[in-house]
Amino acid sequence: MRDMRQAFGATVSDLVEEDESVAVVLAEISTSYFERAMAAHPERVVDVGIMEQTMVGVAAGFAMEGFHAIAHSLSPFMAERPYEQLKLDFGYQGLGGTFVGVGGSYDYASSGGTHHAPADAGVMLGIPGMEVLIPGHGDEMSALLRATYANGRPTYVRASVVTNAEAHRAEPSRIEVLRRGADATVLAFGPMLDRTVAAAEGLDVTVAYATSLRPFDAAGLASIVAEGSLLVTVEPFYEATAAPVVTAALADRPIRYVSIGVPRAFIHAYGEPEDLDADVGLDAAGIGRRFRGLLPIR
Amino acid sequence: MDTRTVTLADVRTLMARATGDEKHEESTTSAMDALWVLYDRVLRIDPTDPDADDRDRLIVSKGHGPAALYAILAAKGFFPAEWLDRFLEHDGHLGSHPDRTQVPGIEASTGSLGHGLPMSIGVALALRAKGLRAQRTFVLCGDAELNEGSNWEAILLAPQLALGNLTLLVIDNHSSILTMGPWPERIGSFGWDVHVVDGHDHDALDRAFRIRHADVPTAVVADVPEGEW
Repeated sequence: MRDMRQAFGATVSDLVEEDESVAVVLAEISTSYFERAMAAHPERVVDVGIMEQTMVGVAAGFAMEGFHAIAHSLSPFMAERPYEQLKLDFGYQGLGGTFVGVGGSYDYASSGGTHHAPADAGVMLGIPGMEVLIPGHGDEMSALLRATYANGRPTYVRASVVTNAEAHRAEPSRIEVLRRGADATVLAFGPMLDRTVAAAEGLDVTVAYATSLRPFDAAGLASIVAEGSLLVTVEPFYEATAAPVVTAALADRPIRYVSIGVPRAFIHAYGEPEDLDADVGLDAAGIGRRFRGLLPIR
Repeated sequence: MDTRTVTLADVRTLMARATGDEKHEESTTSAMDALWVLYDRVLRIDPTDPDADDRDRLIVSKGHGPAALYAILAAKGFFPAEWLDRFLEHDGHLGSHPDRTQVPGIEASTGSLGHGLPMSIGVALALRAKGLRAQRTFVLCGDAELNEGSNWEAILLAPQLALGNLTLLVIDNHSSILTMGPWPERIGSFGWDVHVVDGHDHDALDRAFRIRHADVPTAVVADVPEGEW
């Protein structure tokens, strides 16, 4: 199984071959996936070195000339360090482009907080028009990239080291309902699906899956959250990142809404992502405890 | 006004139309001569088809004080001179920082410093990727704008990409609180061909703008008196 980073490298390398209007701008990260593309198309597959502001600016220059620009780095250096370049060079200028950040939240747990980025999806939503995709599997990464790279809109793709075991039919703005129940609706984003399904085992809840925050399947969510019911989102980024889109989708009805996500505090611990999941209650056991605390006792 | 025979005096008249006394702080004189030489003698851009693929590109990175730029664009026929009457007004198109989505002939929306030079590298690379070998990319920065670190990323990068089709124009009105010169030594040490000229000498500017190497980017520093904005 290809992980999301491998899938990104393979898919974008294929797109470079298939579509001469694709331009890739890298900042030393993941260049090993693009050796073939850089050798074959050095004029439009460029590694600028460790300069993320310029990486995004150069990508914008390609976009100004009609190219489908794709830029990539680790999540903190893709979403946060060059934030103003994403906001102005792409957002304000009305340009399309694809920005793939790998290592959201604390995927690179042992690297410490300088390499954590649980804010990535939230800050990207702060750029008007920026679409935010959250694949949960390598095959979903490939499908979402192919579906969006040439749509003329700026798109942030949150790649994760953590992956679900099986791919789903990922489309932007599509919520998939995996099972139906009576006590609550649980909406898992991207790589949180498998642990959410495990946590919900034995509970009478609807479980649904989303791979995008913007565009968001508002109608799909409204169809599975009844007036007066409980909605729980399980998010791989900061808790309540999805709140703006979820509450907007359900503005016409009173509901109870709880978000389970990464707590809004810096983390000063190391190890594997699974270790930090356990620390903050985002492993299946921790999510299960939160579910049982929220649901009626039967 | 015949856009083929328009003069810099006409431009000054148009700029006054835009700025008036009450908006003088939004006018600019430091970049006027360099911009005029570019649009009158150097850039190959058809005002009636400002998005044509075979045009030269100019990104005005600093974005500040765009009245001279607007006046030149109006004089050359990119948009009606009447637009200048509504400079900074709610019902107009011309703000104190140019917006590519609003103004024909504006390549990039700028104003936040340090964005244009990296974008110009992308444009220069894109021209090369499209096989547009004769076309050139110019980018205008201010001396104080070059305090911003993103510019130095780009100054490091452009020579290593062998971007002979890129020219950096620095309007040096000595507004930086940090010492920026000597320009030839500083920018030249990164691999640029640097020329410092009198920023009001049209022939000197013209000669410098016409320098183009196969694989070395050029920097033209237009020196103007301190305090000239």
